[in-house]
Amino acid sequence: MRYIEQQTVVKRMNGRLIANAIFKYIFLAATLLALLALVILLFRIVSQGAGNLSIDFLTNFASRFPDQAGIKAALIGSLWLMMVVAPTSIILGVGSAIYLEEYAKQNRITSFIRMNISNLAGVPSVVFGLLGLTIFVRAMALGNSILAAGFTMSLLILPVIIVASQEAIRAVPGELRDASYGMGATKWQTIVNIILPAAIPGILTGSILALSRAIGETAPLIVIGVPVIIQFLPAGVMDTFTALPMQIYDWSSRPQPEFQAVAAAGIIVLMAVLLFMNSIAVIIRNKFDKRY
Amino acid sequence: MTTIITNKSVSGATADQTAKKAVYETKQLNLWYGSNHALKNIDLEIMENEVTAIIGPSGCGKSTYIKTLNRMVELVTSVKTSGEILYRGRNIFDQDYGVEELRTRVGMVFQKPNPFPKSIYDNVAYGPRIHGIKNKKILDEIVEKSLRGAAIWDEVKDRLNENAYSISGGQQQRICIARALAIEPDVILMDEPTSALDPISTLKVEELVQELKKDYSIIIVTHNMQQAARISDKTAFFLNGEVVEFDHTDTIFSNPSDKRTEDYISGRFG
Repeated sequence: MRYIEQQTVVKRMNGRLIANAIFKYIFLAATLLALLALVILLFRIVSQGAGNLSIDFLTNFASRFPDQAGIKAALIGSLWLMMVVAPTSIILGVGSAIYLEEYAKQNRITSFIRMNISNLAGVPSVVFGLLGLTIFVRAMALGNSILAAGFTMSLLILPVIIVASQEAIRAVPGELRDASYGMGATKWQTIVNIILPAAIPGILTGSILALSRAIGETAPLIVIGVPVIIQFLPAGVMDTFTALPMQIYDWSSRPQPEFQAVAAAGIIVLMAVLLFMNSIAVIIRNKFDKRY
Repeated sequence: MTTIITNKSVSGATADQTAKKAVYETKQLNLWYGSNHALKNIDLEIMENEVTAIIGPSGCGKSTYIKTLNRMVELVTSVKTSGEILYRGRNIFDQDYGVEELRTRVGMVFQKPNPFPKSIYDNVAYGPRIHGIKNKKILDEIVEKSLRGAAIWDEVKDRLNENAYSISGGQQQRICIARALAIEPDVILMDEPTSALDPISTLKVEELVQELKKDYSIIIVTHNMQQAARISDKTAFFLNGEVVEFDHTDTIFSNPSDKRTEDYISGRFG
C-alpha cells in the first residue's frame, strides 16, 4: 500500500503554493517598511539641514547665533575621541577574543566569562557612563578629558568587539589550524599567519559597527560631564572637548527653530563621518576577503 | 633549523632492506576521550621507508591512532594517554619533547584538502618560513623541489601566485602533500588522503605514495581496502580500539590469521 496518494497531493498543492506566495510578500513588505522609514528620516534631515551646510559650518565654533554656529570643535573632538577609542577597544577586544578562543581552557569559568561578556553588550550606555565617571574621571583623576571619555566609550563597545571577534575567529575552519599545527607551527605563529588573516573581515565588520555606535553615543558623555560649548580645539588627550552627538543634542534642545536646522546639518556631518568609516571598513574587508 | 633540512638525505640513503630500522615503536598505548576508551593496549612497530596502512571500520580508532603519532590528538581537550610511543627511540610523551619539534619531523596530510587561503607558493613555503627560512632563493628551491616531489610541479609552475583554491580538489591535495614535504619530514602521516577525491586524482595520489616511500616512511589511514592492498607494505587492522592483526599486507589480504580480519576484508561487516 502507498502512504502518499497522488490525488491528495494535487488537492493540497494549491494551498501550498498560495502560502508560498503570501510569505514572499510579507517579507518584501517588511523590507520596504524599514526602507521607507530610513528614506523619510534621511529626506527630513537633508531637507532641513542642507541649507546650513557650508565651509563656514565646518570651520566655525559653536555660537549663540544660529547663522554663525559651526561644528568645528565637535567634529575635531569626535575625531580625537575615535583616536583613543579605536586602538584601545580593538587591541583589548581582539586580544580578549583570541585568548578566549585559542588559549583558554573550555571549562565552567570560561563559559561563565563568555556568557557575561555577551550580557555586558546589553547594558545601557548610561551605566557605562557612571562607571567611567567613578573610575576614570574621579578615581584616576582624568577629569572630563578626551582620555576619560575615550576609555569610557571603549568599555562600552568592548563587549561588542569581543563577541564579534570571537565569532570571526570561531568561523576559521579547524582544518586550517590543523594544517598549521601539523607542520610544527607554534600557537602564536598559527594565530598571526592563519587565524587572524582569515578572521580579519569579521573582526573589522564588528569593530567598525561598534565604533559607529561609540561615535553616536551621547549618554556616557553627558554623565562624565563633557561640555557642549567649547571655543578651542583640544591640544592633547588630557584636554576637555565636545563631540558631535553632544553638539547635536544641545542644538536640538534649544528653543529657537533655526537651531533645529543647525542640528540637522550636524546630523548630516555625523552621518558623513559614519559613512566614511564604514567605507574604510568595506575597503579593508574586500582587500582581505578574496580568499575562496 | 638547518639540521632538519640536512637530516633527510641520511635517512633516504639507507633504503637497504637489511638496514631498515623502526621509526615508531608503540608500546601499550591507551587513550581515552573523557571516559571513552578509544585506543586499547596498542603495540605496533612501524619501519622506515615502508608504507604502513591502517584499516578498520568507522570509529575503530585508526584516525585517533595516527593523530597520536604527531600528538595532534591533544588539540582535542580531555584526552588522556598511557603507555609509550617511541619515535626514533625517544618517547614522544616525554615532558621535554616539544610537539613543535616532533611535528617538523612528522608531516601530516589530512582527509579533506586543506590548503591555506594563500597562493600556491605561500602554501608550500609556509612550513620553511615558520621554521625561520627567509632567503627567497632557498625558499624558491624548496617550493620547486616539494612541488616536484608531489608530482604537481608541471601543472602549477606557471601559476604559483594564484590562490590555492583556484585549482581542483585533487590538485589541492597534492599541494597539501607538497606543503608537508617542504618541511623535509622523516615520516608522513596520511589520514584518508583520497576520501574526498575522484578516482583519477586518487590514482595520482596512490602513485605518489609509491614514489615517496623511497625517501619517507608513510603511515596511511584508509577506508578503502583495495587501496591498502595496492599501496602498502604492511597493514594493521583496527577494531574497537584494538589492533586485531598487524602483518605484511599480502598476508593480511590472502591469509589472515584472525577470523575478524577475514570477515572485514571479505566485506562481511564494516
